[in-house]
Amino acid sequence: MTLFSQATVNATPNPYLIQPATIVEKIREAEDIDTYRLRFVDEQMRRRFRFAAGQFNMVYLFGVGEVAISIVSDPEEPETLDHTIRMVGRVTKAIAQLQPGDELGIRGPFGQGWPLDDAQDKDVLIVTGGLGCAPVVGAIEYIFRRRNQYGGVKILHGVKTPHDLLFRERFDVWRQHPDTQVLLTSDQPDKTWHYHVGVVTELFEQVVIDPSRTIVLMCGPEIMMRLGVPILMQRGIPPNAIYVSLERHMECGIGLCGHCQLGPYFLCKDGPVMRYDRVASWLGRTGV
Amino acid sequence: MSETKRDSQLVTPIRPTLAVFKFASCDGCQLSILNLEDDLLALGQALDIAYFPEASSEMREGPYDIALVEGSITTPEDAHRILSVRKQATWLMTIGACATAGGIQALRNWGDVEAFKRTVYPSPQYIQSLSTSTPISEHIHVDFELWGCPINKAQLLRVITDLLAGVQPRLPTHSVCIECKRRGNVCVMVAKGIPCLGPVTRTGCGAICPSMGRDCYGCFGPAEGLHEGPGLPPNTASLAKEFHQGLRLIPVEVLRRFRGINGSVRPFREESQAWEQNDRDR
Amino acid sequence: MATQSNNHIDVVPKVLLQQLIDVLSAKGYRTVGPVVRDGAVLWDTIRQIADLPIGWRDEQAPGRYRIEQTDSTRIFGVVHGPQSVKPLAFAPREPLLMIERSQGRISIQPTMPKSEKVAVLGVRACDLAGLAIQDHIFLKDAYRDPYYRTRRDGLFLIAVNCTRALATCFCASMDTGPRAGANFDLALTELDEEMLVEAGSEAGREVVRALTCAPASTTQTSEAERQIEACADSQTRQLDRSRLPQALYDAHEHPRWDDVAARCLACGNCTMVCPTCFCHSVEVAPDLTQTGSEQSRLWDSCFTQEHGYIHGKNIRPTIKDRYRMWLTHKLASWIDQFGTSGCVGCGRCITWCPVGIDLTEELPALLKSSTQIKEESIQS
Repeated sequence: MTLFSQATVNATPNPYLIQPATIVEKIREAEDIDTYRLRFVDEQMRRRFRFAAGQFNMVYLFGVGEVAISIVSDPEEPETLDHTIRMVGRVTKAIAQLQPGDELGIRGPFGQGWPLDDAQDKDVLIVTGGLGCAPVVGAIEYIFRRRNQYGGVKILHGVKTPHDLLFRERFDVWRQHPDTQVLLTSDQPDKTWHYHVGVVTELFEQVVIDPSRTIVLMCGPEIMMRLGVPILMQRGIPPNAIYVSLERHMECGIGLCGHCQLGPYFLCKDGPVMRYDRVASWLGRTGV
Repeated sequence: MSETKRDSQLVTPIRPTLAVFKFASCDGCQLSILNLEDDLLALGQALDIAYFPEASSEMREGPYDIALVEGSITTPEDAHRILSVRKQATWLMTIGACATAGGIQALRNWGDVEAFKRTVYPSPQYIQSLSTSTPISEHIHVDFELWGCPINKAQLLRVITDLLAGVQPRLPTHSVCIECKRRGNVCVMVAKGIPCLGPVTRTGCGAICPSMGRDCYGCFGPAEGLHEGPGLPPNTASLAKEFHQGLRLIPVEVLRRFRGINGSVRPFREESQAWEQNDRDR
Repeated sequence: MATQSNNHIDVVPKVLLQQLIDVLSAKGYRTVGPVVRDGAVLWDTIRQIADLPIGWRDEQAPGRYRIEQTDSTRIFGVVHGPQSVKPLAFAPREPLLMIERSQGRISIQPTMPKSEKVAVLGVRACDLAGLAIQDHIFLKDAYRDPYYRTRRDGLFLIAVNCTRALATCFCASMDTGPRAGANFDLALTELDEEMLVEAGSEAGREVVRALTCAPASTTQTSEAERQIEACADSQTRQLDRSRLPQALYDAHEHPRWDDVAARCLACGNCTMVCPTCFCHSVEVAPDLTQTGSEQSRLWDSCFTQEHGYIHGKNIRPTIKDRYRMWLTHKLASWIDQFGTSGCVGCGRCITWCPVGIDLTEELPALLKSSTQIKEESIQS
């Protein structure tokens, strides 16, 4: 029996229902990061599944559990779905043992992604920090595939040590695009590092910003957002033009399990990308 | 060309070897394994049981992939033997309150073992015994701890299942109350005034005592944080205060609530010592 | 308090109330009612009125619940036990999926609960309000939950208007009781000799038509009215919501949180007994042979370590963080999320807290400004 037929047996669509998907390719990104290219086993699911850039799926590993992972491939090619997964937790470490041909499960797509439609014809300033910010990599690739629909693109990325710089080759490819600036920084560099030394907010001084036509996408530790946003606002960017990707524990992905709350928001359905002015008063509070 | 090696330390062999060791204990946790009934057969198929003297006289030498350790360290000989157990085991888990917390015999830690020996044995000079009963983790590195007196069968199976799948085992650490309420029990403390340790005790037993109208006496140890991880010690002070002021227990009764099967574990130990002091001050 | 409705009200002599259970049974309902067990009342299947706690009475106070038999003939003298109607729709443990694996392929079957017609006799107004909130969350929000739907659709709700308030009740100040508002099939009001019956749905009217009853007299309805009013007036606890949600958001760094954290056990009892708390976790339970794995959801609590856990750190590491999360959600952010307070004034979190923490005491203390606190300490 196919799974699709089961889904239609239930009068109510079941948001908890997992659909099997095959790993068609596993692409090594870094020592502990892989991108898994997944394809639904069920043909009708393949045809039916649509998502927006920046949305996530709950990815299920048999007998272990589910984990929320952004879809980083292009929404216009939904036949296969790329998920970049870093081995950090119980589920992701176990997923890392899988090989092409093995099966995972998928529920989704869930959540609100980056405002890539609103960003059209505008300059896009992308500020990221820390280890491999996969959600924003998908957004960057999306923009470059439609390069002429966007204005200037500036990518500022900060890492602690040079070893933490992931997707190194991608940064090199991105900087080849027209009207594109890529700036890297490390606050604990070694002698191989030939970019800026310091924290990512220092890179703001090196870019020209037209606040009237810039949209900011931020992804990284909350401390980076708390320190970075005031500087951007001093440069004239309104808080409603700044978008941040936030992380919380998620079990259901559909706003029912209660774990991902940030103040009045459920980050699984209101986020994970939130407009800064909506969450400003919640960031930096302890214990929320 | 060499074979590609899979890149996780947790990947276990197809049918890993299992060894079960006993230290100072009542054997109840080992019996819990033997009481697995149908699941015991499945366990025997999934694992190669190489050393389990309680169950079989066939005992093979190590090394072993998985070692389960029951009992606490109470003799100089055992303090030495546990080191060799660790050397033979790739992954080692304590089973039960004795191995994980020192057990009921850790009550000796507050007593005078030499005096006990003189009272019990006609020739105490032949008894080789340490003055304390200590958990295995005070002697060697322990990979996982299974609480309970005795352990819960479902929890044991869950951990083994995770190991076989190459997954880091994980068990909930929250209070017994949550499971008790899920079962639809009436709270014995609120409805009957019985001093129950459920609010500060780790889940895992299935709330069996409160389900029978009895108080939890903490045999799964303190809820949440103890040795590692981002947990916090349970608020024993507030519960103890309620026992005393709300339920009218005198300080020595409060002390005894916390000084039981897991009395040596820090949050319970410190609470009972605070009430010992309180009792002396009276 | 919900005002008296314009629904037609009938009267049934209490001695004939067995008819109600029989009619429901003939219509295929299993009737569930409060039954005395283990020193409280719990929901259980009843076959006759005598199974109900006739003559029993509950007394509740912070951290304390007692029930005793009296010589009263009241059928519904016990206000409530630890369970709201929550477990009947949002099950404490709900199997979601059965997943099988064979030769690397997985197949997934939803495990829907059995749909069953259940008549719940003796639902209080606060619990109806709680159920309406859960209906909104599980059935009317962004996603619809088919497991909840299946259980909920089978429920026939027979409310009982409260004529006695517990020391812990504050539904009047939450506008959720003591009169049952909407959302019921039948609502009863118990007088000395008879039971007033009001139908709130077509299914309810159908049941009333099968009962031996007569229209209630004005004397009877006004006596019922008087008793319900008196119940509201007798409530000693209240919750002033006028400055919520903002005032509680603003109280994030208030010193009172430290004080309540010193008492809170983080045991989660308040969240388990709450009629509206909906947090759950998903449990994955594979068998030893790794061929089948059951996926279930379990009631969870924001007081657990696991609730705030992400990548090796805990967003809410302290008891203070967790109590603040719970109370702020319940009384403040709930309003932003769902348009109502998350509290219905049933008082269960006060009674069933082992150390008797009382949110009606905590909220005003948390909303006191530092000047007010200083002034009070000078006066005392």
